[in-house]
Amino acid sequence: MLLWVAENRELRTENLQMLALILFLFFGAICVAGAVNLLVQSHPINSALSLIVVMASLAAEYLLLGAEFVAAVQVIVYAGAIMVLFLITIMLLNAGKEERSKGSRVATLLGVPGVVIGGVLVAWTLIHRSDMGNVPIGALPGDPKAIARLLFHQFLLPFEVTSVLILIAIMGAVVLASRPEAIARPHPGVPVSEPERELAAAGKDHR
Amino acid sequence: MIPLSYYLVLGGILFACGVLGFLIKRNIITIFMSIELMLNGVNLSFVAFAAHWHVLSGQVFVFFVMVVAAAEAAVGLAIIIAVYRTRETLNVDQVNLLKL
Repeated sequence: MLLWVAENRELRTENLQMLALILFLFFGAICVAGAVNLLVQSHPINSALSLIVVMASLAAEYLLLGAEFVAAVQVIVYAGAIMVLFLITIMLLNAGKEERSKGSRVATLLGVPGVVIGGVLVAWTLIHRSDMGNVPIGALPGDPKAIARLLFHQFLLPFEVTSVLILIAIMGAVVLASRPEAIARPHPGVPVSEPERELAAAGKDHR
Repeated sequence: MIPLSYYLVLGGILFACGVLGFLIKRNIITIFMSIELMLNGVNLSFVAFAAHWHVLSGQVFVFFVMVVAAAEAAVGLAIIIAVYRTRETLNVDQVNLLKL
């Protein structure tokens, strides 16, 4: 969209840059608000929904940087696949509100000031002590063709290694998430006998 | 022309929020989401540097980070399901034994 605006000669360059800055600040504010909302919500499903907001606004920031492929993958893989996995797990485990404990209070007391001080220091240094220059709008077209050329020529070996990684992750997920008794018991339809159930209940009390 | 430091600061804020969530949250799923938030902050700096220096490799690295994040999410959530099955809790304070 920005590229189309850039081609439109009637808009002057200053106006375009102001528009880009406004869009950056708008989506950045949404992004930070979502991230802070993730922290303050106590129910995991609210945290997951605010993480989706963060990812969607990050996709808009990628579009602003001219990275169309990354923006599309961000929406499809992150906001689509990974977050659906999170939501399914939350619903499957029926996760409720998290309880506050002593360790959590200590972590809040020590962690919040520490991270805020560190973050402000880094931000101050980045803004005041750096002359890194500006990011031109749409100067680097991140279209799928250029990325595919890079991915299948220069980064071919890492690409293939990631496919092996995905395969290992699939197998690990299947092994970890499958019920142990489904593997151990020969007939899946046979109900558990009474002594076994008592043993299982007794074992649960000891934990 | 947006200054590069703005993008880096936004990525830093996201990373700091992720670190903070990792520290103060007690629900194991929310801790996992904080890790995803940190990865997103790093991804933003990758894309910003790629646009700044006119090198497309940064965007390819974002692709790899996303692949690793997807694999990590699949395995991690399977581990969470296994932990919940044996412990029946999602609170990390109550998960204090290494054996399942």
